[in-house]
Amino acid sequence: MEWETVIGLEIHVQLATRSKIFSGASTAFGASPNTQACAIDLAMPGTLPVANEEAFRFAVMFGLAMNAEIGKRSVFERKNYFYPDLPKGYQTTQLAEPIVGSGVIEIELGNGERKSIRLHHAHLEEDAGKSLHEDYHGMSGIDLNRAGTPLIEIVSEPDMRSAEEAVAYLKKIHSIITYLGISDGEMSQGSMRCDANVSVRLKGDETLGTRCEIKNINSFKFVEKAIKVEAERQIDLIEDGGKVVQETRLYDSEKNETRSMRSKEVANDYRYFPCPDLLPVILDDDYIEQIRQSLPELPDAKRDRFVSEYQLSSYDAAVLTADRATADFYETVAKTSGEPKLAANWVMVDLAAHLNKSEQTLADCKVSAEHLAGLISRIKDGTISGKIAKQVFEAMTEGEGSADQIIDKRGLQQVSDTGALEKMVDEVIANNQSQVDNYKAADEKKRPKMLGFFVGQIMKASKGQANPQAVNEILLKKLDEQ
Amino acid sequence: MAVDQSDIEKLAELARLEISPEAASAAAQSISQVLELVGQLQAADTSGVTPMAHPLDAVQRLRADEVTETDQRSSLQAMAPAIEDGLYLVPRVVE
Amino acid sequence: MHTKTIAQLVSGLRSKAFSSVELTRHYLDRINSLDSKYNSFVTVTDDIALAQAEAADQRLAAGDASPLCGIPIAHKDIFCTLGVRTSCGSKMLDNFIAPYDATIVENYQRAGAVMLGKTNMDEFAMGSSNETSYYGPVKNPWNTQCVPGGSSGGSAAAVAALLAPAATASDTGGSIRQPAALCGLTGIKPTYGRVSRWGMIAFASSLDQAGTLTHTAEDAAIMLNAMASFDAKDSTCVDQPLEDYTAPLGDKLDGLTLGIPEEYFGEGLNPQTAERVQAAIKVYESLGAKVKAISLPHTHLAVPAYYVIAPAECSANLSRFDGVRYGYRCAEPKDLADLYKRSRGEAFGDEVKRRILVGTYALSAGYYDAYYNKAQQVRRLIKQDFVEAFKDVDVIVGPTAPNPAFEFGAKGDDPVAMYLEDIYTIATNLAGLPGLSIPCGLVDNKPVGLQLIGNYFAESRLLNAAHQFQLATDFHQQLAPETA
Repeated sequence: MEWETVIGLEIHVQLATRSKIFSGASTAFGASPNTQACAIDLAMPGTLPVANEEAFRFAVMFGLAMNAEIGKRSVFERKNYFYPDLPKGYQTTQLAEPIVGSGVIEIELGNGERKSIRLHHAHLEEDAGKSLHEDYHGMSGIDLNRAGTPLIEIVSEPDMRSAEEAVAYLKKIHSIITYLGISDGEMSQGSMRCDANVSVRLKGDETLGTRCEIKNINSFKFVEKAIKVEAERQIDLIEDGGKVVQETRLYDSEKNETRSMRSKEVANDYRYFPCPDLLPVILDDDYIEQIRQSLPELPDAKRDRFVSEYQLSSYDAAVLTADRATADFYETVAKTSGEPKLAANWVMVDLAAHLNKSEQTLADCKVSAEHLAGLISRIKDGTISGKIAKQVFEAMTEGEGSADQIIDKRGLQQVSDTGALEKMVDEVIANNQSQVDNYKAADEKKRPKMLGFFVGQIMKASKGQANPQAVNEILLKKLDEQ
Repeated sequence: MAVDQSDIEKLAELARLEISPEAASAAAQSISQVLELVGQLQAADTSGVTPMAHPLDAVQRLRADEVTETDQRSSLQAMAPAIEDGLYLVPRVVE
Repeated sequence: MHTKTIAQLVSGLRSKAFSSVELTRHYLDRINSLDSKYNSFVTVTDDIALAQAEAADQRLAAGDASPLCGIPIAHKDIFCTLGVRTSCGSKMLDNFIAPYDATIVENYQRAGAVMLGKTNMDEFAMGSSNETSYYGPVKNPWNTQCVPGGSSGGSAAAVAALLAPAATASDTGGSIRQPAALCGLTGIKPTYGRVSRWGMIAFASSLDQAGTLTHTAEDAAIMLNAMASFDAKDSTCVDQPLEDYTAPLGDKLDGLTLGIPEEYFGEGLNPQTAERVQAAIKVYESLGAKVKAISLPHTHLAVPAYYVIAPAECSANLSRFDGVRYGYRCAEPKDLADLYKRSRGEAFGDEVKRRILVGTYALSAGYYDAYYNKAQQVRRLIKQDFVEAFKDVDVIVGPTAPNPAFEFGAKGDDPVAMYLEDIYTIATNLAGLPGLSIPCGLVDNKPVGLQLIGNYFAESRLLNAAHQFQLATDFHQQLAPETA
């Protein structure tokens, strides 16, 4: 039996507004508990919400980037349930008339293929506070600083068929929101959180299996692992004659398993109804058009432009445009150095390896785009060889400055001076007479291969600084003269 | 539409109201009377009528994204039932 | 001093016949010695009142032109008052010291009015008799065996008993107009959105509107001038130009067309009340108004629609009272569910619980369309009735309440009988229209109210029509026994 996993994602993204969605309290991360929870956020009696324009602007930007319908009329509703991190006893959200309607985006799969994933809708809502479970004499502590932070909840259709596709989609959404600058997208800080609806069915089946919702997965890696382990659990269950029960589950990353959230099992009836404290939000065509005009270049457009402008492969262009910081970094290196292909190699191979190893992001890395462009220029103009360039790059990551500063300080300039090189070649020929004889006796076709020996000796003698091209020319001439 | 004691107990659970069996039984009776009153709505012909959630059919004003609130924690927590380290305390929340 | 209207007190202060401190002290003395009979105040703010009166006297000496400067008033305990307990008539908020002022409280402070204290009310404004207050029932100064009406019963009794010249109030289904009728006062509920709801503890957000209780329409105009404002903190507050409601009071009524809805004179209306109302309409005719019979065909559906919409909204509005951040918390909760259920179960009274349960029912899965959605559709039909009517008439006139004040406990355990006391006032809340009640005579020595309903933002028209009526009659000057 061949099984197929069916996945839909609900992604919560905190919008990078300065103030909350319904109050003038700050949304800054990391403040002391409850110092950013104003009377409105605390649901003090008599307080009233007023909606933040920027949250709508951000949501419309997102909708346009997703090729989605924009809700020109959107309505806030109350979703009623009791929880200590929800001060009003209801969450203000959108249901029947959301700000963003259906849309579609493309994701790139590992094999280079592309796949369309449909957006069901995206809506604006308020975030809840946090329950801290450290022990306060058997009590939990409630911090409401986060309560009222604007969120868009992005709901996909169940269009993904593997954990890898789900991650590709999640990364695509991450890339879009960070390109738009509407969220910092930091999963580790909870700025982007993901719930996965997972079900399994036999390949070829038309109907969907019973799904489980895995709540609040907080990294790309865990999304992949959680979906895989949940799909396996469901398949094992069914193959053992059991039935999947529709429920909410939590992913435990330490044990790499999902488990039922029994505390939320009580059947909820959210009793949605239009919030009488807020009125319908009406956006006109001009407003939406203005936002459309102001949209930055988005990842897909940038990828296509990189292919045509810098002659990159589609795959390289997709990797380089996956996040805006990398794309901007690459483009500066490419333009400043005038060597787009070399730039792509350095960014995707050396720089990526360094970031990975040092667990740094571009923002905290000491190699600037200008520095890297300078390094590439020195390779191009023959000041250093590719091999020496690696040493220079190493020094750059340590913060030793620009390529020129490092080359100067360490004396790494390539030796291209003909006199000096001729002297080195003469010495190598004199010290290796038998190899010279062999070379002379050899067939024309075999000679280029044999030349390597002499080049190697010379590079060794020059500590790698001899200009290999110049060495080649001089060597050929001198050997012919023998 | 009448409701019985068990209906009231379910509603009270949703609304997080403690209610004794006697009170639930009494509430079932009085709420059934209210539901009979509101049941008169069913006879109204409302086909094609758009529901009206606000009397004026007005439109939401949007506010500029500005931080206008300063930290008022000490005054806002002055009458909180249980506080520690600036946190509101509640019986253990189980995930 | 306490028999004077605000208009008269204003000239007394200006002519230095008395100071605001003297006036305030006089009212405080009356409250402290007489209110045990009525229970109209839940908090008396002597110190604040005297400090505000002193400040007002300084402003008056400096030539402050604001008419309310130095005038003592009472606030319904539904309005948040900074540093002063704001209980909303509930055990839930018995310990709640508001950390901010309601916008209308600020407005009156800015105008120089003096706060005497906070008045009793039905718990969370849910009631028509003031019997649901945690602080005990309020007694009607006209007959202390009878209710003062509700939910603004404390405000009405305080003004009727001459313990304050005016009081603020709020009206969700008749909570200003019905107590005005039962206590012989002028009570106005402005157009929804005319007055800010910021700091007014919500019962049903799409119906709640603040207003005033006074002896005369002229005083109501003075009070409303200070109360009305545009407030960006309330999304439903309307950015409508402010007007001087006292300016058109003197306009004659020639050419005014009154609509008399047949549905407001049907079964359930006390015949003697009907007589007083008919007589009042005759007075209007003598003042030059034309009278036209009209129909508001969906009137019978107003109470049913209201008792879906108001409970639905209140069921969510009252969820914030959970014992976590402020307000009542049960002793030693054993777990989170216990904290919620006992805190709410112990602190809410029966009527509040009943409405929360009805609202929960109306919104729950499977019933939303049949109840909530249907009620909101009917609400539009009710509004359309009025929109049609106002094409032909300027003001709609009828009774405010079907009966004069009834005795405590008269409605027994029948919530529906109580709900029907608001049968003539509820439709205006559903439609968001302004309504006003003025005294138009007595039945069994108890006052009867005449209701005037105006078009959207036509408060000045209503106040003008009420003032002209009061120039021609003396019902508003009749005082409750033993009060003068």
